[in-house]
Amino acid sequence: MELDSLYQEVILDHYKHPLNKKLQSDFTAQVHHVNPSCGDEITLNVNISAGIVKSVSWDGVGCSISQASTSIASDLMIGKSLDEALKIVDSFSDLMSSKGTMVGNEEILEDGVALAGVSKFPARIKCALLGWMAFKDAAIQSSKN
Amino acid sequence: MKPMFSPAEIRKDFPIFSKVMRGGNRLVYLDSGATSQKPFQVLDAERNFYEQNNAAVHRGAHLLAEEASIAYEGARQVLADFLNAELDEVIFTKSATESINAIAYSFGNTAPGSRFALKPGDRIVVSELEHHANLIPWQQLAKRTGTELVWFSIDAEGRLDQSNLNELINASTKVVAITHQSNVLGTIIPLDEIVKRAHSVGAVVVLDACQSAPHFAIDVKALDIDFLAFSGHKALGPTGVGILWGRSEYLNEMEPFLTGGSMIESVTMTEAKWAPSPKRFEAGVPNMAQAVGFAAAISYLNNLGMDNVAKHEKDLTAYALNKFKQLDKVKLIGPKDNVDRGSVISFTIEGIHPHDVGQVLDQYGVAVRTGHHCAWPLMRKLGLVGTTRASFYVYNDEADVDALVDSVLQAQKYFKV
Repeated sequence: MELDSLYQEVILDHYKHPLNKKLQSDFTAQVHHVNPSCGDEITLNVNISAGIVKSVSWDGVGCSISQASTSIASDLMIGKSLDEALKIVDSFSDLMSSKGTMVGNEEILEDGVALAGVSKFPARIKCALLGWMAFKDAAIQSSKN
Repeated sequence: MKPMFSPAEIRKDFPIFSKVMRGGNRLVYLDSGATSQKPFQVLDAERNFYEQNNAAVHRGAHLLAEEASIAYEGARQVLADFLNAELDEVIFTKSATESINAIAYSFGNTAPGSRFALKPGDRIVVSELEHHANLIPWQQLAKRTGTELVWFSIDAEGRLDQSNLNELINASTKVVAITHQSNVLGTIIPLDEIVKRAHSVGAVVVLDACQSAPHFAIDVKALDIDFLAFSGHKALGPTGVGILWGRSEYLNEMEPFLTGGSMIESVTMTEAKWAPSPKRFEAGVPNMAQAVGFAAAISYLNNLGMDNVAKHEKDLTAYALNKFKQLDKVKLIGPKDNVDRGSVISFTIEGIHPHDVGQVLDQYGVAVRTGHHCAWPLMRKLGLVGTTRASFYVYNDEADVDALVDSVLQAQKYFKV
């Protein structure tokens, strides 16, 4: 079924058991992003010190795609250098705008490739990008602070 | 004898129902609250206008200009009759949103001393049920003029709480802007007491009829309201055309919202004098083909009979309410009985976000609306991030409700809740 390309098992797992979904207080930047078309909301904290992503934590409400995607993104970013992390975000953005033509690089995106199918559903791409864009915004703000 | 109301027969007039949807399914279109589908009579009317009569209305002395003007003014007459209004009271806009903004901006542009002028200490009354289109224009007008914005609350079932009517609509109140039927919950607002109270304090009543006028007969004289807005595309008509209705005596006192061609009586390099309504509010070459298509849609509804339309939708809503009450872990949001209630079913499914519900339903050809339905304050009030909304119209039948229920069960199975 077409749906299975959207809702892979790994996505449903992240949705039911999201990672890093508890805001940490020792952040270097905090952002709040919303998806005005569907009402999804996310608050995301990052701690980036000496160019390394020490922690990513978040809280929010949203659909399975946005929640799972944020869970995957947060898990990926922790421990990476800021440069690396931003490259991963770009790689994911490319995947999302591929209209189903890319499968994603598993070495870079890990569980994130499970979201490749989202790119075939234009209405859901924003859901998948919510957490990633929040991270990117927070990372940029943190480097300014 | 008129034939029985038959959605299956009606669907034959709508080309879109022959489309094959995801999963090879037929289209089960339950999103008419967002926009309705269009019968070929409407598509043909628009096409015919372009093929036979196209010219800028109210200008030029050639045959096409005459025919275009006759078609356009004929459309106005159809809409006026539909609302039991006078011809000069019906203004074509591009949308209901534009209609409401036209009223709000007009009030805001009015010179001090006019009955529509707003100043600090005055009050505008809305409700928690409002669509953004009937909230934000008033909210922003209140900000610009220093006016106070207050609102009716709702109870747990989404009925309007009118217990504080006399305090809310007080002597300072200038405008009461309220929806006729909630686009999210289907709640139909009983207007009698609101209108009486508003008029007793000298306030005008603006009715957002987007969700009511396409579904049951509206008589602006019987309702005794002062302004009304609704859109063509929710009433089987084209996009890009809406209606602003207002009492003639008010419209001719009001400042126009948009200025330019057609809306003037005389112009010099430094001054302009406004034409009377409706031209006063129709600057520029209007959406003529869309107005003609809108009138064809209204004629289509008139042929069905608005009372028959209303009865059909009420029966279908009763059937759907009954089906939904039997579903496990599915919560109806909005009035649970079928009194003062339109053909809208909003619901949540425990453990599944509305966006995901909509996605699974789509796999079965079932088109619904998900999210906050442009009524974010209402969602916050209800403590919800969103709902899934099925809305019915003339082409829907019990088989559509059954398909909806089946796909809801599939969603629960898919997400293992």
